[in-house]
Amino acid sequence: MVKESILSERSAWKALAPWLAVFVLLLLAPRFLPRFQVYLTGLILTTGLLAVSLNLVLGLGGMYQFHHAVFYGIGAYTVALVITKTALSPWIGFLLAPVVSALFSLAIGLICVRLSKLYFGMLQISLGSLVWAVVFRWYSFTGGDDGIHGISVPGIISSTDGAYYFSLILTAICLIVMQRIVNSPFGRSFQAVRDNPVRSEAVGINVKRVQLTGMVISGAFAGIAGSMFVVIEGSVFPELMFWTLSLEIIIMCLLGGWFTFLGPMLGAAIIVLLRTVVGIYTEYWTIVLGLVLMLLILFLPQGVLGYFLESYKRGGGKAVQEER
Amino acid sequence: MDFASNITISALFQQALVGLSRTTILFIVASGLSLILGVLRIPNVAHGSLYMIGAFIMYSVNHFFGGGQAGFWMAVLLSPVAVALISLAVERGLFQYLYEREHLMLLLFTFSITLVFGDLVKMVWGSDYRCVDLPAAFQGFFTILGFPFPRYNLFLIIIGPVVAFGLWFLTNKTRIGKIARAAAVDREMVGAIGINVSLVFAAVFVIGCFLAGLGGALVAPTQNIRQGMDHAIIIEAFLIVIMGGLGNIWGALLGALIFGLTDSIGILVWPQFAIVFPYVVVVIALLFCPKGLLKSTW
Repeated sequence: MVKESILSERSAWKALAPWLAVFVLLLLAPRFLPRFQVYLTGLILTTGLLAVSLNLVLGLGGMYQFHHAVFYGIGAYTVALVITKTALSPWIGFLLAPVVSALFSLAIGLICVRLSKLYFGMLQISLGSLVWAVVFRWYSFTGGDDGIHGISVPGIISSTDGAYYFSLILTAICLIVMQRIVNSPFGRSFQAVRDNPVRSEAVGINVKRVQLTGMVISGAFAGIAGSMFVVIEGSVFPELMFWTLSLEIIIMCLLGGWFTFLGPMLGAAIIVLLRTVVGIYTEYWTIVLGLVLMLLILFLPQGVLGYFLESYKRGGGKAVQEER
Repeated sequence: MDFASNITISALFQQALVGLSRTTILFIVASGLSLILGVLRIPNVAHGSLYMIGAFIMYSVNHFFGGGQAGFWMAVLLSPVAVALISLAVERGLFQYLYEREHLMLLLFTFSITLVFGDLVKMVWGSDYRCVDLPAAFQGFFTILGFPFPRYNLFLIIIGPVVAFGLWFLTNKTRIGKIARAAAVDREMVGAIGINVSLVFAAVFVIGCFLAGLGGALVAPTQNIRQGMDHAIIIEAFLIVIMGGLGNIWGALLGALIFGLTDSIGILVWPQFAIVFPYVVVVIALLFCPKGLLKSTW
């Protein structure tokens, strides 16, 4: 990582070029892909952004964020409620989504952050379940277990292509910002807290505050992902904040690899595609997911991308760096 | 708004008794979870699946014996045993290789088992609702202080303390219980004095899962047996265990009591949001005692 600072201008461009190519390819995708696949790509980007935002606390910060889906759901419900219950412009809903998610993150974080590891995760699950239970029963406001359907988003993003471009551009911006955050002084201290909280405290890092900040940032990005979901699907429902979804996102991070920035995006793509493909042949999708996860934990705990990076480094004849 | 409009002494009394019978089920499931969490340090999400499987096996065995008294008792006895055997296979086949992994991996691994079991149950029993009829002896009502009360719920209220005492006896007075408690504190030391820790862990895991199966078998006659009951119970059980203190049997009992009573009384206070009350109580309890109300084992 120290190398980055001494990279020449040219190799910086070299590192950036493949991502630009991917972005241009994704921009052109609606021109040659059928409608369903465009929709699917948008869904992958949304889920991927959610997984990357979780990885910010889980992989970078080493915190047991067990109920990340709550912030996703809150973002989605914020947009849905602004559109259906108020006379405000829908765009205000999109601006509010990350703010409201961040506020909930702050509230839940303030309570949880005193604890560590499993206790932290469990308390977060109970608080998240509380939010879920309220949404699940508050028929007059959130639509209860039915959710809210047929949400009319602004015309420009209501078509499949429009929704796709909306999610693509938003994802790209969020990824760039998150990448910056990871490499900022804050990101570094967050990582230091993960690796050795006691020593970090000793060198003057306020561990709890760093962790809380990490949770709020991650929650805000989850909220943005939630608002993208509303645009793509046009509906919200309480399952968006049920705990099983939270664990599914953790699986995506694990599948792609914790300790890589874009690994969770890859994991999300694999899961969404697998669900779609398996769904064509059988109704028993979860058993496939369960078996994949089982094999993954037993044989490939560093994730798909982590595995390839490792073997790439080994193949390149360089010393295998310690993967953290 | 029907807020707190239907609270009468009679209703309050009845709901309290219903809450107590709910407590029994919650306690049986949560104590098994607590045992596994306390000794093996596995956050076993698959516990809920075993509870669901217990309920479905209860239905099938009862159906096989044609219901009635014989069918009911056979089912209540056989289904926890069947669940225990399933868990033994899972522990020996998979878990024993994973004890050294970190909590998050173990949690995800048990979640993968939940996913697999969920679909297996759907394959075997289909996605319809199932109901178990009670034998004649359990139907009807007792009259307590002038209020009618279902016999089966009273039976459940009696079972709860029996299981609690049995567990206390097992963990405190028997050899395996003492070894298990020692292994919970320091598994290397227990291994060093020549005890096969792996087998002790297997035994504890199987006993914990037996309790999940028992909970499922006992709950079967009181509600619809259906897909998704695993997801509902496991969160409740986890909250109870966390609220009571990890690995503490009496904590599980206290937690189940609080959870069951707030749930059933909450229905009187504000029916629409009854589901919310137990969660609120758990959050309040954890705000003041972040590590649980009673002492946890770790």
